[in-house]
Amino acid sequence: MQGPAFVKIDGVSLTYRLAEEETLAVEDLNIDIQEGEFVAVVGPSGCGKSTLMKLVTGLLDTSAGKITIGGKPVKGPVQGVGMAFQNSTLLPWRSTLDNVMLPLEIVEPHKRRLRKEKKAYIEQAMALLKTVGLADFADKFPWQLSGGMQQRANVCRSIIHNPRLLMLDEPFGALDAFTREELWGVMQALWMEKKFTAILITHDLREATYLADRVFVMSKRPGRIILSKEIDIPRPRTLDTTFEPHFGEIVHELREHIHSVRES
Amino acid sequence: MMNEKNLIRAMPWLVTIGLFLLWEIICVVTGVEQFILPAPTVVFAAMVKFAPQIAHHSLQTLMTTTAGFALGVVGGGLLGIFIGASRLVYVGLYPVLVGFNSIPKVALVPVLVIWFGIGTVPAIITAFVISFFPIVVNVATGLATIEPELRDVLRSLGASKTEILTKIGLPRAMPYLFASLKIAITLAFVGSVIAETVASNEGIGYLMLSASSSYNVPLVFAGLVVVAVMGVVMYAVAVWFERRMTGWAFRGSDLMS
Repeated sequence: MQGPAFVKIDGVSLTYRLAEEETLAVEDLNIDIQEGEFVAVVGPSGCGKSTLMKLVTGLLDTSAGKITIGGKPVKGPVQGVGMAFQNSTLLPWRSTLDNVMLPLEIVEPHKRRLRKEKKAYIEQAMALLKTVGLADFADKFPWQLSGGMQQRANVCRSIIHNPRLLMLDEPFGALDAFTREELWGVMQALWMEKKFTAILITHDLREATYLADRVFVMSKRPGRIILSKEIDIPRPRTLDTTFEPHFGEIVHELREHIHSVRES
Repeated sequence: MMNEKNLIRAMPWLVTIGLFLLWEIICVVTGVEQFILPAPTVVFAAMVKFAPQIAHHSLQTLMTTTAGFALGVVGGGLLGIFIGASRLVYVGLYPVLVGFNSIPKVALVPVLVIWFGIGTVPAIITAFVISFFPIVVNVATGLATIEPELRDVLRSLGASKTEILTKIGLPRAMPYLFASLKIAITLAFVGSVIAETVASNEGIGYLMLSASSSYNVPLVFAGLVVVAVMGVVMYAVAVWFERRMTGWAFRGSDLMS
């Protein structure tokens, strides 16, 4: 039943050159991601998870192998991809609403229509803010929000233009445990509603298991995929799910692979 | 009892008046000659006595300073954007700029006089060249230090270089620009007064030079005080603009810098 992959990472390697020294950052990566699939990539720190993300979005060029998105090879920055980082990178001179609407000022066809259909777009942004519980904070500036709220706004900004591909680089990494778990639910709800393809980079195994359809475990540098694990837990998953034995088993299995990687 | 807010507001005035009092007391106690260090009362008397001349010359200085400063803002701002937006221009031009800024500007005035003659133009240009450097450096720094993640977000949305510059670079450079304006405006006064002292028939610098050659030391000090007051006023104007334009950078704090 699997069609052609939406994101196809085919034998990709990347070599960094720093002065005289050559470092192999990632080696022979092969990942196929279906349209609308939510995948997570986990691994020890410094394994090239973020490198993978830059390769997929075309911010870095591959040294070997190729990447295609929707059948088109990636050459140079891929346009219209949504991105959210651990650091929320909201613009302090813009209100929350204006921050969320930033992609609409850049991505076509919204850019062209924004001026004429401003009202409709503001409504759309407000609706999105409402689903993440930020409707009352639309006029506040980012520094007036808590870390969790900033990250909600950040997630809104990354999907406001309905990207087909969303890249998440440890977006909840800097948050406290309670806020983080709360935002897993928010993220899952957004994904179930909008059905974008998502790639989540994280070092939190429970986060990966909660959110993803498939989890890839990467080895330490040079990063390779050493395990691809289907998460067969029905959705919507809840915080209660995370206490079920099956959830625990999956996390445990992932954990063991990470351990073996770290010790080797 | 005065509450703290009023005290904070009154503090600059109290300190200034206190310094003048201290100066007066030192003059009275030591009995120092007027042509060496005139007391503040004598200086203020000179200020009143020579009010028309002072007004005329300080207006001239204010004009040359503001003109030079305005040129500095435009020129420095544009050059800063140019340097900050391109790594190549940055590495190429930066050493030259540092070298140029290391030249004492007073040494430049004779050259300017050869080119433009004595008068207003050398003063404006000196104010310009002395004030534009901090503006260039600050604007360039503001642009060059955009967070890489933010740049990645914009690039993966398909933003052009110009869009990254206008949506992020320029707003982000604003606090840097305004911080530099506060330095630049006071430097501009230094530049124009130096040039007027060396090569002009008008301006506070010229007034002080001719006063000192006739041993009218109270008038020299009156000139100094006037320059200082103009500097403070222009600084306050720069701060006011800074507040209006980049309030977000201060995160709602009350203290004026």
